[in-house]
Amino acid sequence: MSPIIMISNLKKAYGIFTVLHGIDLDISEGEVVCVIGPSGSGKSTLIRCINRLEAFSDDSSIVVDGVTVGPGKALAKVRAEVGMVFQSFNLFPHLTVLKNVMLAPMRVRGTKPAEAERKARELLARVGIETQAEKYPGKLSGGQQQRVAIARALAMEPKVMLFDEPTSSLDPEMVGEVLDVMKTLAGTGVTMVVVTHEMGFARQVADRVIFMDGGRIIEQGTPTEIFDNPKEERTRSFLRAVLDH
Amino acid sequence: MNLLNTFFNIPILIDTFPLLLSGLLVTLEIGVTSIIAGLIGGLFLALVRLYGPGPTPFLAKIYIDIFRSIPLLVLLIVVYYALPFVGIRFSPFVSAVVALTLVSSAYTAEIFRAGIEAIPHGQFEASQALGLSPRHMMVDVILPQAIKIVIPPLTNNCINVLKDTALASVVAMPDLLKQATQAQALSANPTPLIGAALIYIALLWPLVSIVARLEKRFGREKRP
Ligand SMILES: Nc1ncnc2c1ncn2[C@@H]1O[C@H](COP(=O)(O)OP(=O)(O)OP(=O)(O)O)[C@@H](O)[C@H]1O
Ligand SMILES: [Mg+2]
Repeated sequence: MSPIIMISNLKKAYGIFTVLHGIDLDISEGEVVCVIGPSGSGKSTLIRCINRLEAFSDDSSIVVDGVTVGPGKALAKVRAEVGMVFQSFNLFPHLTVLKNVMLAPMRVRGTKPAEAERKARELLARVGIETQAEKYPGKLSGGQQQRVAIARALAMEPKVMLFDEPTSSLDPEMVGEVLDVMKTLAGTGVTMVVVTHEMGFARQVADRVIFMDGGRIIEQGTPTEIFDNPKEERTRSFLRAVLDH
Repeated sequence: MNLLNTFFNIPILIDTFPLLLSGLLVTLEIGVTSIIAGLIGGLFLALVRLYGPGPTPFLAKIYIDIFRSIPLLVLLIVVYYALPFVGIRFSPFVSAVVALTLVSSAYTAEIFRAGIEAIPHGQFEASQALGLSPRHMMVDVILPQAIKIVIPPLTNNCINVLKDTALASVVAMPDLLKQATQAQALSANPTPLIGAALIYIALLWPLVSIVARLEKRFGREKRP
């Protein structure tokens, strides 16, 4: 079976500053991939190219579930199939938690309100927020907001979920509740690409860990290969730095 | 009490009051029509300026700059007195509404643009990532949040439009000011003018205090 995400020669530059130097990466259906690396190495840019929140160079190619990611009609199809969770949650503050989760299925898939609500409540229960459904996002803790954001993305029944440092803006005591939801999700067969600084999570949940530096994939492998037996010096020094403190 | 008789002659005021009220009605007709048309035009211009294809954002910017620069009185006179030379002839009412709308939509466009630009970028990205179309993104996510920001300046703009309707009297529109000056001429007494001034104040004072309250309320509200 062909990979669900096929990235080849992905290049991205801001002016003369190249952020991604021709990345090649295939991800299989159901795979959980964690992307690690120092700040500014291009991790966010890489996953933001997958649903084209960032435009990329014309000679690059990204194919998601058989659809080429490019400007135009096909992009809507890709985005409907690819969910994304942001570091800063980005919930819609003027809508209740329930409406946040219901909006996209109703507008994009044409789901009837009653069905969208049933589905939304089910998802909110899955992430443990069912009792907060009628509240506005501003009234929730960071951990709760991020779980709502995960439910909102899942409401579109995406085949791929992208996470960009989903726990980095959370108070330490709330990191666990979000990671737990993600762990459960990893068992459901959805393909996940997770940019994270949570090495414990990557080791425990990832099928594959990718180490990036300077806009390139330096090394990739199973968590055991990367964390216990890194081959590249850059990987070693990065891990030493993050695992030490 | 000669002064009172001259400037606040009650019998004259009572006599001319129906005339002033009919003028107020015309003022409101011009004002409300221009405000509504200006809102629609302004939202359209703001969206073109921000997201229009090709050279249209630039054209929208030019429009906005021109109509914020031209004095309304000059525009009104051009519309009413100059356009007939090229065969475009508007009634006084239409001339007034056209001139006010052209200018109001330029100001309104800038207000809407500022409101949309004040929405955090993450709201756009989350909408796009969910697959919402640009139209749904604007209607369901961005504009409902921007509305809160733009209501105080939009109300301010309404006040300005209502005030500026007084300029319509120069194109022979029987608005509040025109009726007052005519009544003044007929009765040889300035009381109707004072009456008109008081009616303008009575009309706009509530709006002015609403703006003050809105600015205080929305100013205090923290944005995420
Ligand atoms: N809009 C932009 N304009 C210019 N440069 C940018 C822009 N966005 C990102 N960059 C640069 O691109 C590089 C890669 O950024 P990116 O956000 O992908 O890194 P990252 O690996 O996600 O880092 P972090 O761990 O800090 O989130 C950085 O050097 C950043 O400064
Ligand atoms: Mg990042």
